[in-house]
Amino acid sequence: MTTLLEADAVGVTYGRHRPVDGVSLALASGEVLVVVGPNGAGKTTLMKLLTGEVTPTSGQIRLDGEALATIPAWKLASQRAVMAQASRLAFPFTVAEVVRIGIDSVGRALARTARERIIAEALAAADIGHLAGRSYQTLSGGEQQRVQFARTFAQLKAGRTNTDRQVLFLDEPVANLDLSHQIALMESAARLAREGVAVIAVLHDLNLAATFADRILVMSAGRLHALGEPATVITRERVRDVFGVDLCREAEGGLPVVLPQHYAGMRLERGAA
Amino acid sequence: MTIAAEAPSIAGLFASRRRRLTIGAALLAVVLALLAVVSLGSGAVKIAPADVVRVVTAWATGDREALAGRDALIILSIRVPRLVLGSLIGAALAVSGALMQGLFRNPLADPGLVGVSSGAALAAGFTIVLGDRIFGTVAAQLPFVLLPFGAFLGGLASTLILYAIATRHGRTSVAIMLLAGVALGAFAGALTGLLAFVSDDRQLRDLTFWSLGSLSGASWTKVATVTPLILPVLLAVPFLARGLNALLLGEAEAFHLGIPVQALKRAAILMVAVAVGASVASAGVIGFVGIVVPHLLRLLFGPDHRVLLPLAALLGAILLTGADLLARTLVAPAELPIGILTAAIGAPFFLWLLLRRDRTLDA
Repeated sequence: MTTLLEADAVGVTYGRHRPVDGVSLALASGEVLVVVGPNGAGKTTLMKLLTGEVTPTSGQIRLDGEALATIPAWKLASQRAVMAQASRLAFPFTVAEVVRIGIDSVGRALARTARERIIAEALAAADIGHLAGRSYQTLSGGEQQRVQFARTFAQLKAGRTNTDRQVLFLDEPVANLDLSHQIALMESAARLAREGVAVIAVLHDLNLAATFADRILVMSAGRLHALGEPATVITRERVRDVFGVDLCREAEGGLPVVLPQHYAGMRLERGAA
Repeated sequence: MTIAAEAPSIAGLFASRRRRLTIGAALLAVVLALLAVVSLGSGAVKIAPADVVRVVTAWATGDREALAGRDALIILSIRVPRLVLGSLIGAALAVSGALMQGLFRNPLADPGLVGVSSGAALAAGFTIVLGDRIFGTVAAQLPFVLLPFGAFLGGLASTLILYAIATRHGRTSVAIMLLAGVALGAFAGALTGLLAFVSDDRQLRDLTFWSLGSLSGASWTKVATVTPLILPVLLAVPFLARGLNALLLGEAEAFHLGIPVQALKRAAILMVAVAVGASVASAGVIGFVGIVVPHLLRLLFGPDHRVLLPLAALLGAILLTGADLLARTLVAPAELPIGILTAAIGAPFFLWLLLRRDRTLDA
């Protein structure tokens, strides 16, 4: 396990606003790191810094030993893929075309059959093979999200970098997905991790985070609040501190199970009425 | 979740795309060739299609003896330059429209919309009205030089102003650029109106010509001035197709996919300025080609820029050549300004698109 992505006291300032401040982390190949935290904690900004989309105003980021800012976009594209929160399209591309656009640039040197195989594999990984010929615009939000996952999956497969030197960024990848597809998508990501890809995902569901993460990073008010294994990070005290929610149960079968006390209270009230 | 229907093969989906480009290009080329023959034969002197083909073949093969007649003279020195100029301008406007729509990720964007055309027209108006006063008799001697040059500079200047307003810290905001374009267009329109107010009768006629567009001034000289500007743009545009496809997913996404986004945007903006500036310089403001052509092609052949951009050049040439044929035959021996025709065809088409779009959104 080698360190692939390294952030050293990274922060960014927009005017007087400082959405991310002094975050340090190291991501190893094959590792799944899940970022959690309340709305506005700086999770998405942290992702934008780590992907190179936003340049930090303080601190250093290194990808595979190189300073991130000095890596040209075309090279970066075969080292990491990024799935953003939501992507809409103003033109009626088909699902297969959207996935193909993901590899047009990085997979330029590949033979046509190799490209088609990668696209088919990506469609299968996101369970959207049956939608291949459909117009992206006519899909539901969850289906669109799976198409975007397939696009990033294909980009990594087409990139001419070894899988153990690639990073997959997922910003709230399951926000619109039904329960079975939430698990299926995270399993596809975990399978990539087993091939050596480092995965960093923003999730809101702490149970899903605890299930798939090797380590969890808790963001709060732009700062790194905690970073470690799920069982040590997701505790009753920390969830109360960071999210302001009381838990009624935790730590079952080695994994923390998060059920807000509030739910239990509401059930009791409704039962009484 | 819907039950998985039989998944169509990936190879099949993309093979149909390649086939569409070939079929589309062949079809449009045939239509353009037929239209050219009809157009070259129509006018004050009617020339049979067979004679048109004979003259053009003789010209292409360098057979000088066959070119001695009156028909050859009319075709080669009057109608061919007009046909070539119309095709070049139609192609330039349609490709510019497709470029702008890709750049703005908005199917309703158009060079006219971001003020490029109105900036060029304003500069042309200045040259007509103020050129007389500033340069006096010299200007009257050099209308062919001053006017196109002024229009081109106006188009380029408005694009650069727009770009400067919309760009902060090396990033171009599409929303700001669209809104600034609307404001600039309105401002240029007001100034052009002011010019019309202070101009005399002859200048007013020139201004009208400029704001409605016409190919009636076509000559080999104009073709020679416009070709070095428009042809390089048409040849370079296919190289932007891949990047524009990625840009449709979003600017950040395009960057993540390895596209040099800022360079792509700069190249597209410069190409539009050059193509539209050259078009307005030689034929005035001709609207709606940039909206109608890419829309029609997306309906028929899909939104992939690698198919869209080459076909847009062909269909743009067809549309403008067809419109010009109508412009000079409908009320012969008089001529309609071509901008009136493209607007008369384009505006209802545009409205139909909006209505149709609404229905698909409801469904």
